[in-house]
Amino acid sequence: MATKTLEKEQGELLEKIAVPTKKLTGSQAVLEACIAEGVDTIFGYPGGAIMPIYDALYDYHDKLKHILVRHEQGGIHAGQGYARTSGKVGVVFATSGPGATNLVTGLADAMIDSTPLVCITGQVFAHLLGTDAFQETDIINITMPVTKWNYQITDATEIPGILAKAFYLAKSGRPGPVLIDIAKNAQIQSFDYEGYTLCNHIRSYRPKPVIRKKYIDEAVALINNAKKPLVIFGQGVILGKAEKEFKKFIEKSGMPAAWTILGLSALPTDHPQNVGMLGMHGNYGPNVLTNECDVLIAVGMRFDDRVTGRLDKYAKQAKVIHLDIDPSEIDKNVKATVGVWGDCKETLPLLTLGLQEKDRTDWLKVFADYNQKEYDQCIKEELYPTGKEMTMGEVIRIVNETTQGNAVMVTDVGQHQMVTCRYAKFNESRSNVTSGGLGTMGFGLPAAIGAKFGAPERTVIGIIGDGGIQMTIQEFGTIMQTGVDVKIMILNNQFLGMVRQWQELFNEKRYSFVDIESPDYVMVAKAYGIAGAKVEDRKYLVQAIQTMLSHKGSYLLEVMVGKENNVFPMVPQGCSVNEIRLK
Amino acid sequence: METNTEKQEYTITVYTENQVGLLNRIAIIFSRRKINVESLNTSPSEIAGIHRFTIVVMESRDIVLKVVRQIEKQVEVLKAYFNTNDEIVWQELALYKVLSEEITEKVKVERLLREYGARAVAIRKDFIVFETTGHREETNKLMKALEPFGLVEFVRSARVAIIKESSGFHEKLKDFEKREPSEEVIENEYLGKREAVFTM
Repeated sequence: MATKTLEKEQGELLEKIAVPTKKLTGSQAVLEACIAEGVDTIFGYPGGAIMPIYDALYDYHDKLKHILVRHEQGGIHAGQGYARTSGKVGVVFATSGPGATNLVTGLADAMIDSTPLVCITGQVFAHLLGTDAFQETDIINITMPVTKWNYQITDATEIPGILAKAFYLAKSGRPGPVLIDIAKNAQIQSFDYEGYTLCNHIRSYRPKPVIRKKYIDEAVALINNAKKPLVIFGQGVILGKAEKEFKKFIEKSGMPAAWTILGLSALPTDHPQNVGMLGMHGNYGPNVLTNECDVLIAVGMRFDDRVTGRLDKYAKQAKVIHLDIDPSEIDKNVKATVGVWGDCKETLPLLTLGLQEKDRTDWLKVFADYNQKEYDQCIKEELYPTGKEMTMGEVIRIVNETTQGNAVMVTDVGQHQMVTCRYAKFNESRSNVTSGGLGTMGFGLPAAIGAKFGAPERTVIGIIGDGGIQMTIQEFGTIMQTGVDVKIMILNNQFLGMVRQWQELFNEKRYSFVDIESPDYVMVAKAYGIAGAKVEDRKYLVQAIQTMLSHKGSYLLEVMVGKENNVFPMVPQGCSVNEIRLK
Repeated sequence: METNTEKQEYTITVYTENQVGLLNRIAIIFSRRKINVESLNTSPSEIAGIHRFTIVVMESRDIVLKVVRQIEKQVEVLKAYFNTNDEIVWQELALYKVLSEEITEKVKVERLLREYGARAVAIRKDFIVFETTGHREETNKLMKALEPFGLVEFVRSARVAIIKESSGFHEKLKDFEKREPSEEVIENEYLGKREAVFTM
């Protein structure tokens, strides 16, 4: 009796002094990390090397929603769509080998478009690394150039710390994709879990450069003395959650503002100072006047070649102010007169503070005049075609009229993307989801699915071409199984339209392998339980779009548009922005 | 005056955390632009746990500046500098293997060693290994001198370099360890100096 009491007392005492740890497997630690980071949705696909994590997920299904996609590429694009509409980190699970390599396109896309992602891949047992084991691939080295950071975990004790680092890196500074490769033994291994601590500092990592007053002052002086300033903005405004700050900045000094396709929707379409789109298929005024402004103020954009056209003839007359959070972007393509390094959420208000209030009606009028010319020569016929064939522009116009600019528009890549970006109307930020830098065909459908999970209360319309849809059409299965409500519009011109347009303009109409056939999309959709319709005649178009938007649940609408319509204006490759062609 | 587009030798010095795979991350930045790395050395630095890469490339200043910024952007890189040759002190080490019989018969070894500042690091019946340190021209000279006498093996190390104006990394590291960066370590310190920079 006496010994038993003693043992009991000892036990109680030990319990009191012991560190409150519990045993967790590596897999459980991964899911605990997701919960601690506020993750609600995971896009993924199971396989051998990630089975322990999926086994653990079985017990977490009430806390973490897992969306089973049909292909890992679909999973990562969905993660991107989710991140873009929600502003949160997209989380993707995939297995080793082919599962991991299928993520590569999405990683490259997220890297170049600065989308925050944490991808977790399974890996073979650590003792098999380097032996060409079944489904082993060196995903760390494969993904090195297309990730902001990546890391291979071979011991479960590393999991909490590394995942905290992964989430911190993905979303801080200039966001980007992070890949964490976890060997199967680490997923199975049990260890003493001491809780999860969020990461907010890494010694060698500077998410934000310090803002220097000197450059703020220099920039303010340039803007205040400018007669014809032009603001060009990119996704940095959205990523920095600086839409309000940006609006105040341009409003105070009355400057016209033009956007890159990733900056689109940061400023409402109807804003009087919104002068339109930059670049190859951008608007006439902002392109031509880039080469006439005296001060060019670039905010959170990186002077992509599709924006600048020929660099040696780009804005040579202008003083350039470049605001960017990423120091390596300043002077990379366009030499900045003043580089304002920092988070635009912080730098924009500092600039606004010093700005003089100005009336720039005359300067804005120049843009309006160019716009009128563009309207007469291209836009009018695109939006209100007089020909028999339907145009992509009129489809977008009717969508605008029906949604009043409140929908999230997700596009794939090609002509329909340019037309949608040019003509879609937006009232709020994070409404335009597209693959900008990488130009990934096949992005649209899975990204639309992800976008809906990221913004479930909003209408999400995926505008996709007849080429791109066939690249990731398997994700109809994801729509079927999850019941996610996305509206899919296929603008079918029976061609790989953008390449065809180039072949017409630059290759003497030698239409080399752009004539692409399509299945009966409505029937394909039907097989997946998705309602749908096809419109071949204008007189049914308005009704069809209204039916699609009022339909409860997902819906596919195929619109047959003109086969050989071109997107204009256009800055041909190798030309300067002021050599933009209206036809 | 040097122009920014003329190619010349630049020595890039990178302070990094010690992390598997970082060498590859840095190498990729050169290879994606098709820049040949002339010489690459990794070694410990003046601070325990912090590694120091010394990379030599033949490039224009414009390109080197961009590359160095992209290196510095890597998560585990603390700081990257680039310098022209007159801003650094550098050495390379070379080893030469010759046949003992041949060299002792035909050459006054003692004179050779004096002339080229070399020393013998291994002497065997069958072969001798000489060693010199110096700039490439210097190590090349001895190679040329030995060639007629059957140079069996030759190898030269990567460049290691000390930046003349640098006061080391100790003070800077303290700033990195702070949660809030001070102006000292921020990446745009070069901006104020523009043309007369030696560091970014």
